[in-house]
Amino acid sequence: MPAVAPGAIDCDLHPAVPNVKALLPYFDDHWRDMIVQRGVHELDSISYPNNAPMTARPDWKPETGKAGVDLDRLRVEALDGFQTSLAICNCLYGVQLLYTEDMAYAYARAVNDWMAAEWLDKEPRLRASIVIPPQNPVYAAAEIDRLAGDRRFVQVLMLVMDEMPLGRRRYWPIYKAAERHGLPIGIHAGSAYRHPVTPVGWPSYHAEDSAAQAQAFQTTLSSLMTEGVFAEFPELKVVLLESGFAWLPSHMWRLGKFWRGLRMEIPWVDRHPMEIAKDHVRLTINPRDVPPSADAVERLMNHFESDEMLLFSTDYPHWQFDGDDALPEGLSPALAQKICQDNPLATYPRLKETV
Amino acid sequence: MNVKTETRTSADVNQSAKLAIADCDIHPSPKSVEKEIYPYLEKRWQKHNETYGLLLRQPYQNGPAYPKGQPDASRRDAYPPEGGRPGSDVKFMGEHHLDVHNVQLGVLNPLKSGQGLQNVDFAAAYCRAVNDWQISHWTSQDARLKGSVCLPYEDAALSVAEIERRAGDPNYVQAFMLIRTSEPMGQRRYWPIYDACAAANLPLAVHAFGFGGSPSTSSGWPSYYIEDMVGHAQSAQAMVMSLVMEGVFERTPGLKIVVVEAGFAWLPPLAWRLDRIWEKNRDELPHVKRPPSEYIRDHIWLTTQPFEEPDRRSHLKDTMEWIGWDKLLFATDYPHWDFDDPARLPLPKVDDATRENFFLGNALDLYGLR
Repeated sequence: MPAVAPGAIDCDLHPAVPNVKALLPYFDDHWRDMIVQRGVHELDSISYPNNAPMTARPDWKPETGKAGVDLDRLRVEALDGFQTSLAICNCLYGVQLLYTEDMAYAYARAVNDWMAAEWLDKEPRLRASIVIPPQNPVYAAAEIDRLAGDRRFVQVLMLVMDEMPLGRRRYWPIYKAAERHGLPIGIHAGSAYRHPVTPVGWPSYHAEDSAAQAQAFQTTLSSLMTEGVFAEFPELKVVLLESGFAWLPSHMWRLGKFWRGLRMEIPWVDRHPMEIAKDHVRLTINPRDVPPSADAVERLMNHFESDEMLLFSTDYPHWQFDGDDALPEGLSPALAQKICQDNPLATYPRLKETV
Repeated sequence: MNVKTETRTSADVNQSAKLAIADCDIHPSPKSVEKEIYPYLEKRWQKHNETYGLLLRQPYQNGPAYPKGQPDASRRDAYPPEGGRPGSDVKFMGEHHLDVHNVQLGVLNPLKSGQGLQNVDFAAAYCRAVNDWQISHWTSQDARLKGSVCLPYEDAALSVAEIERRAGDPNYVQAFMLIRTSEPMGQRRYWPIYDACAAANLPLAVHAFGFGGSPSTSSGWPSYYIEDMVGHAQSAQAMVMSLVMEGVFERTPGLKIVVVEAGFAWLPPLAWRLDRIWEKNRDELPHVKRPPSEYIRDHIWLTTQPFEEPDRRSHLKDTMEWIGWDKLLFATDYPHWDFDDPARLPLPKVDDATRENFFLGNALDLYGLR
């Protein structure tokens, strides 16, 4: 198993909001009052049932309560455990799932301020993504502008399944703000559950919801490319978080084939989607859906035709691997080095300010 | 896949293609619904068609939700000289396609067959008529052609009746559905269809498109025709996932699924993903006894059009080995615009036996026609 060399940058870990009470100090009076008055429940998404196997690795799971709520454990298990130099926190509290856009805006502000005070202020190795309310792209852009001055926020966070495919022009104010501040858009597995999680309706099992994320990332990438997001925002990078990555080359082959046949429909896409992906799309390494042999993994890596697209992640505290087996067999030492350090630094310009 | 096509004579192609081939995805159309389909449709449904038309779960009375890249999504040279839509003249199809590409077996997959209609009784009547029409206008006219039993699949009982009606009839080589069902295909409402297919020894082909009503992406409706087309691959993945995770292949071991016109290179990454997730969630899936990749290896076939075209053929070769060469079936999609030309297919270098099976033998084996 390739070892993670000291100093790696972990691009996806998940500090969790323990409960809404922890957020109350970060709301204004009106919203604090609303939340208490109305008895608003915890915004825990059905994407990660609290006790489901993949939600918390057995040895990272506390006796009671949610995994990922304890800074000391995160330090020991995630940061010291992999000797990471920096780690990017993606808070998955279900802000994007709310139907009320001003409530979502209030929650996003509270989660971000909570993140800064409870995690970033206390642990210098941590960085974070800005949680936004995609329900209203104008509010979302305002939240990006509010926090962009804090250089510890290195990315904007969205969920892969929202009300509309993410390439739609409705979302462009978000991309404009992100590009303006040099922030990649991190697109994480998960859904606002406005639509069934498969194109053929709701599945029966949680396992299917998890598996369906990969198809959602595929259609989302199709949308971002065909709508012309990368033509309009040439500096923008998107990072696919907890997406799997093995599907990317074959999806680009198919999109590329139809692009050759149908480019008159989307004239702003002036080169092969694989070329666009190499410049603009990054993917985190866990979870990894790879073939069983190291030789096949090596062949799969060649299908990317690039050693710059993959970023190291543990996905802490989610259960994607055991022990320190954070990288798949079949990676060359040079590629492992790129994945663990060089590629994250190239993707997130703000990380360079501190290393 | 291009608007430009080469028109050849049979002499040209016998030199370039040489191999006899199976084309596992050919789309026949009636010249006239009134003249060709109505004779097999009860009066009541003829009148229904005149009054309400074919109401699908999509916006327009005539024409697709996403306008195509060209008229009828067809090759411009595929219009029969005597008139009618592309794919509507058995004699012209024989000369224009079957002869010149040396097609020994052509599998007919009718698309406007009543599948996915909101009204399932009408769907059943229309499918039945289209199935009769495949014999009268196609398989009885050209022995190279074989039909597909179109199923009104949103109603399992009506579908089972249609399968039983056609079981054992050598005019048909498979049963036929569209991918975008109204619920994931592994769910119980569809199970009687699978039992009936297995009992009749008919593989079940599941073709791109369909009218299930859910948005074609899990983030809502996309903007472009290209997204609609590329998205068939994601719908196909959802379909395979559902069949495996609901335990359909465990329950109906005789079921053979043919994924048609939805690509193939996505299958290995899907299998690896399902294996990982199955391993972690076995307590949720006690009915799935084996790793998903094993069910996929045993039960899924794929037609190859539109053929994947990575820059390096070695990448495609990896992919085809991961799928298994014996599971790939060549198809052209005649008369549609994204036709794959067998003489120009960028097939990775393989030995002659593998190549022959890819173009013909796999299909003969699957359909029991050796």
